[in-house]
Amino acid sequence: MIERNLPALIPLIFLASALLIPILGLWKKKLAYPLAIIATLTSASLSVYGFIYVLLNGTIRYNFSGWIPPIGIEYVYDPLSSFVVLVINFITLVVLTHSFIPVTIDLEFKQTAYYSVVMLLLTGFNGMVITGDLFNLYVFIEISSLAGYALIAVGEKKAPFAAFRYLIIGTIGASFYLLGIGYLYFMSGTLNMSDLAAIMPMIKDSPTILVALILIVVALGVKMAIFPMHGWLPDSYTYAPTSTSSLIAPIGTKVGAYAMMRILFFVFGADYFSKELPVGDLIAIFACGGIIFGSVMAIAQKELKRMLAYSSVAQIGYIGLGIGLANPFGFIGAVLHLLNHAFMKATLFFIAGNLRNKTGNSDITLFDDSYRKKYPWTMASFTIAALSMVGLPPLAGFFSKWYLVLGTIENSKWLYLAVILTSSLLNAVYFFRIIEKVYMKSPAQSKDSGTDNFEIKRDEVSASMLIPTLILAIGLIVLGLLNVVIVNQIYKMMPVGM
Amino acid sequence: MEILQTYNSIVPFYAIIVSIIAVPLIIISGKFPNLREFWTILAALVKFGLVLSLLPGAMEGKAALYSLLEIAPGIELALKADQFGVFFALIASGLWIFTSFYSIGYVRGNDERKQTRYFASFSVCLSATIGIAFSANFLTFIVFYEILTIATYPLVIHKENKEAISAGRKYLLYTLSAGIILIAAAGLTYTYAGTLNFNPGGIFESIELSQGGATVLFLLFLTGVGVKAGIMPLHSWLPAAMAAPTPVSALLHAVAVVKSGVFGVVRIVGFIFGPEMMYNYGLNNILLAFAGVTIITASLLAFKQDNLKRRLAYSTIGHLSYIVLGVALLSPSGFAGGIFHIATHATMKITLFFCAGAIYVNLHKENISELNGIGKVMPWTMAAFTIGSLGLAGIPPINGFISKWFLGVGALQANMSIALIILVLSGLLNAGYFFPIIHRAFFREGKNLEGHKEASLLMVLPIVITAFLSLLFGLFPDLFFNFFTTAVNISNSVLGGFLR
Amino acid sequence: MLDFIAGHYDYWFIILLLIIGLYGMIMKKNLVKKLIGMTIFQAAIILFYISGAIKADATVPILSDSIPNSQPENYINPLPHALMLTAIVVGVATVGVAFALLIQIYKRYNTLNEQELIERMK
Repeated sequence: MIERNLPALIPLIFLASALLIPILGLWKKKLAYPLAIIATLTSASLSVYGFIYVLLNGTIRYNFSGWIPPIGIEYVYDPLSSFVVLVINFITLVVLTHSFIPVTIDLEFKQTAYYSVVMLLLTGFNGMVITGDLFNLYVFIEISSLAGYALIAVGEKKAPFAAFRYLIIGTIGASFYLLGIGYLYFMSGTLNMSDLAAIMPMIKDSPTILVALILIVVALGVKMAIFPMHGWLPDSYTYAPTSTSSLIAPIGTKVGAYAMMRILFFVFGADYFSKELPVGDLIAIFACGGIIFGSVMAIAQKELKRMLAYSSVAQIGYIGLGIGLANPFGFIGAVLHLLNHAFMKATLFFIAGNLRNKTGNSDITLFDDSYRKKYPWTMASFTIAALSMVGLPPLAGFFSKWYLVLGTIENSKWLYLAVILTSSLLNAVYFFRIIEKVYMKSPAQSKDSGTDNFEIKRDEVSASMLIPTLILAIGLIVLGLLNVVIVNQIYKMMPVGM
Repeated sequence: MEILQTYNSIVPFYAIIVSIIAVPLIIISGKFPNLREFWTILAALVKFGLVLSLLPGAMEGKAALYSLLEIAPGIELALKADQFGVFFALIASGLWIFTSFYSIGYVRGNDERKQTRYFASFSVCLSATIGIAFSANFLTFIVFYEILTIATYPLVIHKENKEAISAGRKYLLYTLSAGIILIAAAGLTYTYAGTLNFNPGGIFESIELSQGGATVLFLLFLTGVGVKAGIMPLHSWLPAAMAAPTPVSALLHAVAVVKSGVFGVVRIVGFIFGPEMMYNYGLNNILLAFAGVTIITASLLAFKQDNLKRRLAYSTIGHLSYIVLGVALLSPSGFAGGIFHIATHATMKITLFFCAGAIYVNLHKENISELNGIGKVMPWTMAAFTIGSLGLAGIPPINGFISKWFLGVGALQANMSIALIILVLSGLLNAGYFFPIIHRAFFREGKNLEGHKEASLLMVLPIVITAFLSLLFGLFPDLFFNFFTTAVNISNSVLGGFLR
Repeated sequence: MLDFIAGHYDYWFIILLLIIGLYGMIMKKNLVKKLIGMTIFQAAIILFYISGAIKADATVPILSDSIPNSQPENYINPLPHALMLTAIVVGVATVGVAFALLIQIYKRYNTLNEQELIERMK
């Protein structure tokens, strides 16, 4: 019974809590956080259950208000969407655990509002992933984007401006999307994704559909932050508060990537956009540009969060490359990297948050040897996450790159192969720079510490911030070793004909 | 292609993780040096014992197989202790025992900082090395190869002075780039050959590749392993890495890391490409060219170095290419000689590095020009040094002579007299850059040497033993471990009936 | 040719609005004007949907007794109208959030001019 309602239940739990939190919060402020955690826990558990159920029993479709598709709005809970929902909700759960202290410190008087908007953000994300209707996707894109703007704006002094720029760029993107689906609707008469996929072979030779495709790709590219539509990302991630960047960075761009995968592969069809049209190659080329651009810019950064933001642009490029290749290995690489990068970026932003919590900043030029002694576990997690980002086996990051490499070889795209390889080296530069500082650079003002006994005491962050960091870092090792288990499920997510 | 007989056994896996288990024990015992060192020694002994237990099976031509898990569709993280793997693992784990004792003496004699990190990293390195030795396929090889890179980094930058940090950066730059290229090579091989399993005689048997394609693939592989194998022009990290403490240079940069590189070369030549493919596409000539240039250039550059360890580093680069030269000849004696040189060079070079370290700890001298007369003060050390040097120059009855002899015969078998000329020339150059050191030590008067004695027993004993082993294996090459027979067997299994 | 232009005059108008909107967002320095540009852009898209819903010889989609239920083709397409109601609401919410952000920006930096802001943020 509950299974049939899962597709609707998961986003609606978040919506309900988003409405409930302000009401209960007026009564007692301390209730906001527990309510948020309960909602996330429930949804995460349902996501796990749902994912396993869907893998065993097949897709679940839910029609809102009983209207039969294609007239009504349909929610489609298939292997791919249930997987992405699982990733999102799980990461959110871990992030919310970590965020308790930063939010209490940074946003003391706005907690109720903050958690309510976070729930709204999750509603938007979950809705975006599960929906099977193109216009519904637009609505949820906007819901999540608006919530995102608000969450970013409560950060430092420069945050509202960063949020405003994101708003302008994001709304342009969403508007392009709206225009694109307008063309699709007028050509096909339907907004339902499955229905449109069935009609597509009859209409695909018209220039209108081509324009619609371009508009949608650009729009989702903005949401996904593919170069050159990434301009909103660095400032937004940097000036947002710790909890927001930990939440949005791992999953915000991923839902955009999912939406692009869904529309390109399942509505338009891989053959259409990659073989009949050069759109796949265009996406791949821009993605490669993003990979190189992001990696190079990250090297130049002096502040940890900004460096991670540019690194995110590069990593999204990998996912974009996987989409652009449009072959099985590319798809596997993209989906696997969606998972791996969520874990890696969350860990890294946690660490930035931990450092800010303890020292008030995350300025790389101030890192030194004492960090290793004061924050041993945080720095150990950083090392694991950094090695995974560089792509060292047997950590998770290596395997998504391995599949992408196989994907580029399959299509004989040697340029993309070179880009993937070069970027690994560039990643190594900016991560090892930090590792070098943290493990070796002597603190400036102290006497030259000649022995191990120099008195710097351990001052690690508290458990509620440390344990999520460690869980995700260890998760990277597990995901790496068990990647075949995951990949075998990804085969079930592929569109027909791949 | 030969089908290897295999049997399932978890021993290879145990051999690898023994030292991983030691790592947390070492870290916890950080404040109790003797207990901490006890874990290292215990791990080394157990590891050696486990590897040794695999030798009888390997000698019969059976390989212990253990598959960990499927790590990519169609490829497993799998271990296979075949003859070549056991050969390399024995050398590495056996010499680790000596290096551990020597390390203790060195690190305490020099009062080094961060000793716990040192011993812990060493343990991980040896795990990775055994993992490389026992890799059943190329992806497993890459996993352990990269782990080795990361695990050796803390050891290279151990002293944390400017020189060490910049050496560490250079090391990472070279080795990580190489690792990335290896991934590309593996991806291409998997796409074209459908498998990455190491198979004596190669895995490309029925696949048609274009000349250009095969050459590019081979060059990618060569670049990937060539960095660690010290093939010029990818070698310059090695002299820079001499900034590490001497036990690190001794074991890692004379035995574990660099031999992993040439191990990779041999695996690629013999077990991925196979002799037919190498010959048909002319790839062995490319390899020969690189090896020959490296040997001569390295030997010449060794003359210029006044720093003892740097001279030894260039000597290592040259000798590593002896091995590469041997396999590139694709002749029975050449291939066997190259493989046997892995063992002989290991014992000789480690002796020399041990001596350099003893001189440093004892007399704080690093440069050859300062070494006048130390033979009188450190007779045992310098005697060992002499034995090692004689062996490297190829003088009987040290074991170096045997591998060199077979390399020479192999060159003639392959009708490549140029290779023979290179070998002879290099031998003369070896003598040229080693004998002056011995001459200075014994036949010149030293200054300020009063009151100094031989280095501590913890260092001198390993030095003497490894020198003695070099002599012993020179007289009885198959003693205890059948190194020589194993080398010949490996060569036969790879070359099969291949005739040029 | 002229027929084509005249026949699609509403689309040309929409294109004009899109251009004006983009111009405003990119070229104007005052943040409120950028916002206005964005609103114009959104309005243009809304008009696009409405234009697409029109049918020849059809009337507004409100049930009327003079049109029998068996002839739905006499009503123009109501779906885009419904969609655009949603889009308008989204637009309103966006403008609301945007103004909240602008108020905050003004509070912190005392200007709403982009050049000035970038100067003051250094």
